[in-house]
Amino acid sequence: MAIKAYQRIYTRLDAITKATVSLKAKGVTNDELAVVHGRLAQVVKTKGDLVTLQVFSGTEGIPTDAEITFLGEPPTLRVSDQLAGRFFNAYGRPIDGGPEVEGEEREIGGPSVNPYKRRQPSELIPTGIAGIDLNNTIVSGQKIPFFADPDQPYNQVMADVALRADVDKIILGGMGLSNDDYLFFRHAFEDAGALDRIICFVNTTEDPPVERLLVPDMALTAAEYFAVDKNEKVLVLLTDMTLYADALSIVSNRMDQIPSKDSMPGSLYSDLAKIYEKAVQLPTEGSITIIAVTTLNDGDITHAIPDNTGYITEGQLFLRADSDSGKVIIDPFRSLSRLKQRVQNIKTREDHSQVMNAGVRLYADAQNAKTKLENGFDLSDYDHRCLEYATEYATRLLSIDVNISITEMLDTAWALFGKYFSKAETGIKQSLIDKYWKGR
Amino acid sequence: MKTTGKVIGIVSNLVTVQVDGPVAENELCHITLDGTPLLAEVIKVNGDKASVQVFESTRGLKNGDPVEFEGRMLEVTLGPGLLSSVYDGLQNNLATMEDVFLKRGEYTDPLDHKKLWEFTPIAKEGDKVMAGDWLGEVKEGWLPHKIMVPFTFKGEYTIKKIIPAGSYNIDMVIAVLSDGAGEARYVTMTQKWPVKVAVKAYKEKPRPKKIMETGVRCIDTFNPIAEGGTGFIPGPFGCGKTVLQHAIAKQGEADVIVMAACGERANEVVEIFTEFPELIDPHTGRFLMERTTIICNTSNMPVAAREASVYTAMTICEYYRAMGLKCLLLADSTSRWAQALREMSNRMEELPGADAFPVDLSAIISNFYSRAGMVILNNGQSGAITFIGTVSPAGGNLKEPVTESTKKAARCFYGLEQNRADQKRYPAVNPIESYSKYLEYPEIISYLDSNVERNWVAKVLEAKNLLRRGREANEQINILGDDGVPLGYHISFWKSELIDFVFLQQDAFDSIDALCPMERQKFMLDMVLDLCAKDYQFDDFEKCRDFFKELINDLRQMNYTEFHSEAFEKYANKTRKITQEYGN
Repeated sequence: MAIKAYQRIYTRLDAITKATVSLKAKGVTNDELAVVHGRLAQVVKTKGDLVTLQVFSGTEGIPTDAEITFLGEPPTLRVSDQLAGRFFNAYGRPIDGGPEVEGEEREIGGPSVNPYKRRQPSELIPTGIAGIDLNNTIVSGQKIPFFADPDQPYNQVMADVALRADVDKIILGGMGLSNDDYLFFRHAFEDAGALDRIICFVNTTEDPPVERLLVPDMALTAAEYFAVDKNEKVLVLLTDMTLYADALSIVSNRMDQIPSKDSMPGSLYSDLAKIYEKAVQLPTEGSITIIAVTTLNDGDITHAIPDNTGYITEGQLFLRADSDSGKVIIDPFRSLSRLKQRVQNIKTREDHSQVMNAGVRLYADAQNAKTKLENGFDLSDYDHRCLEYATEYATRLLSIDVNISITEMLDTAWALFGKYFSKAETGIKQSLIDKYWKGR
Repeated sequence: MKTTGKVIGIVSNLVTVQVDGPVAENELCHITLDGTPLLAEVIKVNGDKASVQVFESTRGLKNGDPVEFEGRMLEVTLGPGLLSSVYDGLQNNLATMEDVFLKRGEYTDPLDHKKLWEFTPIAKEGDKVMAGDWLGEVKEGWLPHKIMVPFTFKGEYTIKKIIPAGSYNIDMVIAVLSDGAGEARYVTMTQKWPVKVAVKAYKEKPRPKKIMETGVRCIDTFNPIAEGGTGFIPGPFGCGKTVLQHAIAKQGEADVIVMAACGERANEVVEIFTEFPELIDPHTGRFLMERTTIICNTSNMPVAAREASVYTAMTICEYYRAMGLKCLLLADSTSRWAQALREMSNRMEELPGADAFPVDLSAIISNFYSRAGMVILNNGQSGAITFIGTVSPAGGNLKEPVTESTKKAARCFYGLEQNRADQKRYPAVNPIESYSKYLEYPEIISYLDSNVERNWVAKVLEAKNLLRRGREANEQINILGDDGVPLGYHISFWKSELIDFVFLQQDAFDSIDALCPMERQKFMLDMVLDLCAKDYQFDDFEKCRDFFKELINDLRQMNYTEFHSEAFEKYANKTRKITQEYGN
């Protein structure tokens, strides 16, 4: 940030913690930025003359006689079409060696869209992955995270989804991304020849954790520019939101706030909602769809981060290694897309929802049969058929390496039903059975 | 003279103000930020310092910014035109805002002052009246909207003048009243009321005595909610809370529906105001939106206004209840409201209670639930507010403060179960753990006896017992294996599956199955219980399973057909035939 002439400069700090500094200052506005000892900081609390600032890159080496300059404005991003194809750090500065972006300076983390001005999301985003398209269809304007253990290939799946989706811009917000993963995304986008519709804001593990707090707002401010001003369909990828929440807890802890569940700040729900609720279908063609990643600790979705996320987002896609098929699958029980009813049987074939439900119900029966098997009980003929069905269902439909059209997915499911089950066992509406049944 | 002050401290939306005069708890104030007034509410006073929660973003606010106190609490404006409106938590009309983005400090009028209403007087000059008494009536949609003596009027008044029938706007003085001292008071079609105070303009609040039909079988039959009753739906995310609530909103037998989207997803609200204007109320044949008010404070809107939103919604219901109408209030989700309280309590550095919630959480929740209920008005007519709130327990664990506090306050409990949702058994209401206290009310039992069937409750309890036995049998089968238990266990289990699949499960997205009138519920329960009462003989458990699977399949198909249609009777006859073969 350039230092301007009229700015207020102080040279005395009263208190320093690992993430914050406090000093006596006058005329300071809430949320405004300051430069502390050459590092960017933001006002988080004022009490009388005492002002507390959160220093994004940490306070290591900041002395009590550090120079503090208040900049008089909250964090901003310059927006214009020049953003396309560029890579930035958490402050919105280029990291690709290119020039600074010219354009209008916009405050990040601005107000929300009037709910009354929204439209109901209704446009299907096909991904070719049946675990998504068939069982958990996603829609433009939706917000949905992948729930995955750290060893799952979530970034690869997300890159696949992004590149197959029919959108005008893909904006990546990387938080605590390993350098390898950052380069993976970069190469994946380059190889797909998609660089002109990509914008990246990246905080890698090499960068200070508190900086991450700026990344989602930066990415979404850029997204709002393209969706609202340019009427474009924008897909925002946020990875990894768990690391974002960790950064929130660091700051709140340093400010002596009372933690709630899992040492997360009491405001975690609102903090996450402010980000995810930026997903929107505008009355114009413009839309913002958010696909995020929330890494789990050993599949535990009751932890405060995935738990609060689940209440905010419109479903979740749960990645799991499946031992029957030896593949990574999208777990049909733990996954959900809340907006799937908006497009299923409407934008897709009439049998979609019934086929989906029957497929999952029979897969559940297979799980029961598996439990019986593990407990050493005899299996019935039905149990055996369920188990065989489950392996084929996981391999041909649930696996993340599937890439087929939705009609092919439905036909595949009917073929499996016909191969292993009787009509009554599927429980599908008679009129659909009459039309689509294959086999016995 | 108004009290004024200046800002001396800011943490997020908690602002400390140095004041120069008297301030009241919950009093409103305006903080001026570069010419924009930001609304805030006093939540704590200490000496000459008042802590206020700001209903807007405080970005850019600084010490020394001027504050002006209003001398009033947060109020809602009541009058014709509330129905089919979409408001935020502070009752700003969202439809009349122009920008795509919500502008800070933009406050819009909740009611249309130009619109003319056909007014007909009910009371006449010389009548003695008091707060809540009906002076006249306008038609709001198809509902008779009573113009009442404002709730704030204390004591008895005499009507000096009332205007004749005609078209007037809401600001027209429709009556002049005089109080005991002969002073004139003017009444228009609107009035204001502080949201955090319960409206008490009624004679008495008796126990509820009838049920409110929702068309959802697992509620109406298994755990009915009374008209004027309270209930809550706790459940982990993804278990169908919202779908169930929307089903109740669409089908609930009520004159007025107020939906408070409290800290929830904006897209869910969009779904309501996109779909409702096209949906028909099954009870009156009119558009659903005509009887609906939406209070929408989504999760990304300011946290403090989230708390206000549920009170705003309740006050609007109380207003319509005073007209002798049946209101249904749905709040999704009360946990978000509790979290808003927690965030403030945390910023004020109060000593926390369990899970860092404020210690008076339980009192606040039960106080709010107590505002629902059936009332007898001063003129002998009755009105009701039925309240159903959802709770979003952290981690799906029901042993958390909001669920526990709500359990003490609400009479019906509809616990959603992860396991059922995983198996796509919707609605995922746990049939064994859920309860309705109203099934124990003698008034309700006798209502069901005369309106549904004699000994109805006994039948319901029998069905519940079959479910319980089925669950126990299933546990034994899982432990001992299919061959390790007597055949009778399999029969018990499959009988409970029959009740589950055919009666409890219901397809909220099927045009026919979604709404099941009480008459059809009675038919279904009788049929299912008849089937369960038979003494079946099978050679082995596989035969038993196949038999019940086919039966279940037929009856599920039947649920998708029109009641008493040809297709329906075909399945009913087929079922009768099957059972004759097997049972006796």
